Amino acid sequence: MSETAPARPAARELVLPGEALEAKGLRPGAGVFSDGRQLYASVLGIRSVRNNALHIVPLVGRYIPVPGDEVIGKIIDVMSSSWLVDIHSPYPAPLHTDEVPWRVEFGETHKFMQVGDAILCRVASVDEVKRVRVTMQDYGLRKLQGGLLVEIPHSKVPRVIGKNGSMIGLLKTGTQCRIIVGQNGRIWLDGELDHVLLAVQAIRLIEAEAHRLGLTEKVKALLAAGPAPTPR
Amino acid sequence: METDLKLIDENGRRLDGRRPDELRPLRIEAGVLRRADGSAYVEWGLNKIYAAVYGPRECHPRHLQNPQRALVQCRYNMASFSVGDRKRPGPDRRSQEISKIISEALEHVVFTEFFPRTSIDVYIEVVEANAGTRCAGLTAASVALADAGVPMKGLVASCAAGKVANTVVLDLTKEEDNFGQADIPFGLVPRTGEIVLLQMDGDLSIEEFTQGVEMATRACHQIHELQKEALRRRYGVAAGEQLAAGPEEAA
Repeated sequence: MSETAPARPAARELVLPGEALEAKGLRPGAGVFSDGRQLYASVLGIRSVRNNALHIVPLVGRYIPVPGDEVIGKIIDVMSSSWLVDIHSPYPAPLHTDEVPWRVEFGETHKFMQVGDAILCRVASVDEVKRVRVTMQDYGLRKLQGGLLVEIPHSKVPRVIGKNGSMIGLLKTGTQCRIIVGQNGRIWLDGELDHVLLAVQAIRLIEAEAHRLGLTEKVKALLAAGPAPTPR
Repeated sequence: METDLKLIDENGRRLDGRRPDELRPLRIEAGVLRRADGSAYVEWGLNKIYAAVYGPRECHPRHLQNPQRALVQCRYNMASFSVGDRKRPGPDRRSQEISKIISEALEHVVFTEFFPRTSIDVYIEVVEANAGTRCAGLTAASVALADAGVPMKGLVASCAAGKVANTVVLDLTKEEDNFGQADIPFGLVPRTGEIVLLQMDGDLSIEEFTQGVEMATRACHQIHELQKEALRRRYGVAAGEQLAAGPEEAA
């Protein structure tokens, strides 16, 4: 994270794959590659400089699991001693009975979680061929009962959370919903229907305007207008 | 094939009034299909083509998975109503060939090693065809890949050159393709100048071939600009607009 924002942020532009980047004295970061002389963007995204490294923050793209990420998964298969979890990435993640907060006998997995259930879990490990394991054995990790799931591109999660959780705090107080944001771009919302719909509206606004400045103000305005139930 | 069509007139103009080195009108639009991860639509002369990208996603059938890299799987398909005489629907030798060459052209620019065991599926649907669909399809597919957020070394632009009435020309139409002497579909990575697609149908001398490739190279650079413009338009970014990359830049 940058220590102090520069007084006048440099103009941030949309870059496209293969676009040459102005990068004097900067190291190549995520979404950047080099041909030995010059740095280029590899994804469609926005230029960002952090810790002397040049990154391209992607606007779209698939979530690739990283160990330690808290993600919201959906059970897509139940086996005798494990579940298969879809974490909204190209790789399905097995969840073994050793990794859940309950004592599960062999063959009794279906009594705990069934296909379609949503869970809050953590990516335990990812190996070099991207075999993923997830765990539910940690503080706060659990099955998500009720509520609504919303999906956004994972690259926009930082905008939904905001600086030191400012945006998510705004959403929580503004809508009185319980909100959990997974690093994989899934958001779980629970509360009064009108409030949940308002929160969804706000999240869609953040999704659409994630790359623009002045987002907080727009979200504040939307939330101040209060729950106006317009089912989407 | 014989014809009494005059493919190039006394003034050096072609049937549709173009000069030999002129492209047909080209319009590219990105992000046209809602359910696809990335998509593009291309109107190129009388060609109308959609491209959709899904993935990277789990590769099926499993035995095709590569533990080191992603697979780029392309399917080129022509609608039965896309040509004058009804085309028998389904894959045929021609569309299998085109699917293969486009997959290989795109595989060259995608960072496949970032997504082991997955497949990136590209679907190209030709809704209306008027020659040059493989080039238009490749051009659209590369925009769709960028729109899907797939990491790439650069976009691919593609265009055909050929020989008609003893003249080397760019971007052949149906009539010119049918009654012309040669056709060179050509695909280029404009950033590096690498050629990722090159075929030749018909006979050309070395000089004519070189001239055709030079013409197509120039055209690909033009097409590349249109591709970039389409992507910029898709993300609604006005020129000079300030953008925020992350929460730390938030107002």
